[in-house]
Amino acid sequence: MTNAYTLTHVTQRYGDRCVVDVASLRIRTGGILGIVGPSGAGKSTLLRLLNFLEPPTEGQIDYRGTSIGGDPPLSLRREVTTVFQRPILLRRSVAANVRIAQRIRGAASDDDAVGQWLDRLGLSDLSDAPVRTLSAGEAQRVALARALVVGPSVLLLDEPTGNLDPYNVGLIEEIIRSDNTERGTTVVVVTHDPFQARRLADRTGLMISGRMVEIADTDAFFSDPQRPETAAFLRGDLVY
Amino acid sequence: METLGRAFGDALQLLWSMDTDLFEIVGLTLQVTLVALAIALLLGIPMGAALGLAKHLPGRAFIVPLIYTGMGLPPVAVGLFTYLFLSNQGPLGSLGWLFTPAGMIVAQTIIAFPLVLGLTMAAVQGVDPDLPLQMRSLGATRRQIALTTLVESRIGVTAAVVAAYGSIISEVGAVMLVGGNIEGETRVLTTAIVLETRKGNFALALALGMILLTLAFLTNLVFHRLQVRQGGP
Repeated sequence: MTNAYTLTHVTQRYGDRCVVDVASLRIRTGGILGIVGPSGAGKSTLLRLLNFLEPPTEGQIDYRGTSIGGDPPLSLRREVTTVFQRPILLRRSVAANVRIAQRIRGAASDDDAVGQWLDRLGLSDLSDAPVRTLSAGEAQRVALARALVVGPSVLLLDEPTGNLDPYNVGLIEEIIRSDNTERGTTVVVVTHDPFQARRLADRTGLMISGRMVEIADTDAFFSDPQRPETAAFLRGDLVY
Repeated sequence: METLGRAFGDALQLLWSMDTDLFEIVGLTLQVTLVALAIALLLGIPMGAALGLAKHLPGRAFIVPLIYTGMGLPPVAVGLFTYLFLSNQGPLGSLGWLFTPAGMIVAQTIIAFPLVLGLTMAAVQGVDPDLPLQMRSLGATRRQIALTTLVESRIGVTAAVVAAYGSIISEVGAVMLVGGNIEGETRVLTTAIVLETRKGNFALALALGMILLTLAFLTNLVFHRLQVRQGGP
């Protein structure tokens, strides 16, 4: 089994504050890794590092065997994308928002692919609608379509269903799962909801105060946590 | 009131007769305004976008108030400075632009440029601050991020165009001083209105005023259509 990412002694500091301090982390190619933990644990920062949106203060990030320096080559950067908790959409139509991801890559816009993704996410009827008319769930589905239309090798999700109703949560999780199965997309999903990790991920890790406290196959993580912090977090105790 | 009514009737009659002198004045007004606007846009939009994106630019605390001051420049003061620069003893006297449309364009560009610059900057700053991060995450280059942000602020940028256009087509102080209101050469709608009013030709002055308003309205109608198409209110 190959690794999409290998992190060695990666830290991220903002001023005096150390937000991420991960001694070692391997993320398997084609797997779904769930990262849970209380807010402020450094989960989102870790995702930004994995998306090469900022360089780490210290340490080494290898992506598919290539060591990533300050500014990775564009082609490599374009293999990875993030869906954030808040879908940051352009003031245009739904279809135009999905098309923008293709445009950025200089690819001729492929309306078939756009249509297909809108269809899969139940947005076909809204294709020409301006995004300001969408509900929160619809907007987040547009963000997911925009990420997937370019067929990324790595899909990073930062609380993708944070404020959504069960119908939208189910639909979005289903699409993530099927894209992972069909295309072998490597997925990292950050969530404060352990049940989402349990539903989606094949491996799950717990982050507290910037550190990866425990990481294991999801079944083992939930049924037989090795660390007291994990057990406490899963019980619903406050950990920080 | 009676004078006004009569002047109004005469004005309509004058408009109907389509006087050639009138067309010359309208033509020059549009020429000066649109050329000055075009130059102000070409300079102001890219610079305003750059300022809007460069949130940590050194000297910003000084530059921004300077621009805001420029947005409220009294046209007559701009006219005076331009006049002195373009006059025979002035540093740009050799150009021979005083009392020509070229000189009027210079003055109006100076009035319009800070408006375009400041309002474009504000429009770009009004875009979601997380948009650059999202665009970069989608694989955008810095250039693509800047362009997407500018396009995203297009409703505000259109407002900048409208404000600049409105301020210079209706401006009289600068074009009067720099152009000199020479018949057949530098007479525009606003300076002609001043002249005809002074001469007591209220009908003609009113006709010119109505044309000026109509020009402003028609152009703003076009700008508004553009804003609506761009997803504005």
